Amino acid sequence: MADIAFLNEMAKTLRIEILKMLTKAGSGHTGGSLSAADIVAALYFYKMKHDPKNPKWEERDRFILSKGHAAPVLYTVLSLTGYFDKSLLNTLRQLNSPLQGHPCCKSLPGIEVSTGSLGQGLSVANGMALGLKLDGIPSRVYCLLGDGEIQEGQVWEAAMTASHYKLDNLCAIIDNNDLQIDGYCSEVMNIYPIDEKFRAFGWNVFKIDGHKMEEIIYALDEAEKIKGKPTLILAKTIKGKGVSIFEGKAKYHGIAPTEEELEIAIKELKNGKN
Amino acid sequence: MGKTECGCAPNSLSEFVGKDIATRDAYGMALVELGKKYPNIVVLDADLSCSTKTALFAKNFPERFFNMGISEQDMMGTAAGLALTGKIPFASTFAIFATGRAWEQVRQTICYSNANVKIVATHGGITVGEDGATHQALEDVALMRVIPTMTVIVPADAYETVQCINTAVDYYGPMYIRLGRSKVPSVLPAEYKFHIGKAYIFNLGKDVNIIANGIMVAEALKAAEVLNKEGISTGVANFSSVKPLDEEALLHIAKNSKLIVTTEEHSVIGGLGSAVAEFVSENHPVKVKRIGVNDTFGCSGTWKELIKFYGLTAENIINTVKNSLK
Repeated sequence: MADIAFLNEMAKTLRIEILKMLTKAGSGHTGGSLSAADIVAALYFYKMKHDPKNPKWEERDRFILSKGHAAPVLYTVLSLTGYFDKSLLNTLRQLNSPLQGHPCCKSLPGIEVSTGSLGQGLSVANGMALGLKLDGIPSRVYCLLGDGEIQEGQVWEAAMTASHYKLDNLCAIIDNNDLQIDGYCSEVMNIYPIDEKFRAFGWNVFKIDGHKMEEIIYALDEAEKIKGKPTLILAKTIKGKGVSIFEGKAKYHGIAPTEEELEIAIKELKNGKN
Repeated sequence: MGKTECGCAPNSLSEFVGKDIATRDAYGMALVELGKKYPNIVVLDADLSCSTKTALFAKNFPERFFNMGISEQDMMGTAAGLALTGKIPFASTFAIFATGRAWEQVRQTICYSNANVKIVATHGGITVGEDGATHQALEDVALMRVIPTMTVIVPADAYETVQCINTAVDYYGPMYIRLGRSKVPSVLPAEYKFHIGKAYIFNLGKDVNIIANGIMVAEALKAAEVLNKEGISTGVANFSSVKPLDEEALLHIAKNSKLIVTTEEHSVIGGLGSAVAEFVSENHPVKVKRIGVNDTFGCSGTWKELIKFYGLTAENIINTVKNSLK
């Protein structure tokens, strides 16, 4: 059974650490890291089989952060689960830091593949799912995509592949915060309806509130029971979730909080608005 | 798992020994042999398995063959994912699509992650023939050579191709191996051993040395024979390994040459000729003339017509040498 209160607490901790590291770095992607925090907390603290002391454990579940710009959420969860020392978070985006602006699998344990150029992660996740099936390893592959990201054509090539090869060990999650750099997804390049598109491609689709831990847990558990096709969890989220000054603002896609904003944000998060 | 409707049947390797065969045919055969030995080899293709000859592997090992359909970008990403679960993926399609359409996937997902993917592209260069410019890759070596961690090999004949494919299995890291559509003469001797980063010097000339790869090795050998008879001491070296470049061999050649001529079935920009010129100009300047396709697109024609049209012939090498020595 999932401990919802614990998972919510972990998501809050992730948000605080994300904001601290971004403020220290002085640049980075705030909005999309915060919108994914609940999903990432549910994966790493509840759903995924993984061993921080043995990051290459063959039977681990895999997590691909296709929306690589949300690196802070991944770095934070990896440090909190023990893949590396938390002090490294202070080196985000600095010269010689293993915490590159976008995740680099060669420099940091726990990163499955380097990402950052959008649209490429789902193909890699498919390849891993195929490889695991070939070896008869019952591990699962999770791939987190941004919603703007699905404007990339490769995502649809990969959507076709996952369905064609019946990759039921694959679960894609779309962080549907509805904002991309230039504005609302529907205005920049309409991506909707996402659920119908994926269903038409042969996927099972769950639509959830990406900030309600019960719903995230339910979808992740149910996805595991679906056989013969991949599952998409379409998670409705709020960009900058948890901090009212960042929420729903495209501006905070690619900028870090100031010291003053950080102070306000931490106070708000600690006061329990989540 | 993957489907292919190709009707071509597997042949035995011995059937190709001593014959002039296309490097893609040698690849198809080599893959089948390797598939028997290595259960972790998987093969991906983008709806060209009959042309790239991966169909032979597909017929023998259908559960380890993945037809990705006409989607090269997805193919490269999927190959990376397979590599990152411990497989040795060979991803094949035509050279222009492997390196052009999917360049960023190769850079970001394969090379930046150091995924152990072997990209074996066929239909490199103008010997594609009748299909014309859209299908003739003249930029592929340049596109792959510029990516960090990438190894780039352009084998000269079937024998070298088979050795190169075998080596690719043992070597960990991304590789680009460029093969051709049309038949090529056998040029390398039985004792030849392929090594990544090693050139093969057929003979060292005192006046001129021709540095070639791919189909141009055979032309270079023909040209050298004529030039030597005419009293111009001419050597030939096969630089199949464009990256890493055999710098030791190249320095040795440069020190012994009045003129170096490079020749390749590729644009004169960015390929073997550029690699040689870059190294020689920095380390032992000697005159370098590059023979390749001169910054233009290809066109339709038979491959025999096209190599003449673009000057990828022994005759053009001879003329270039004579004009450069004047």
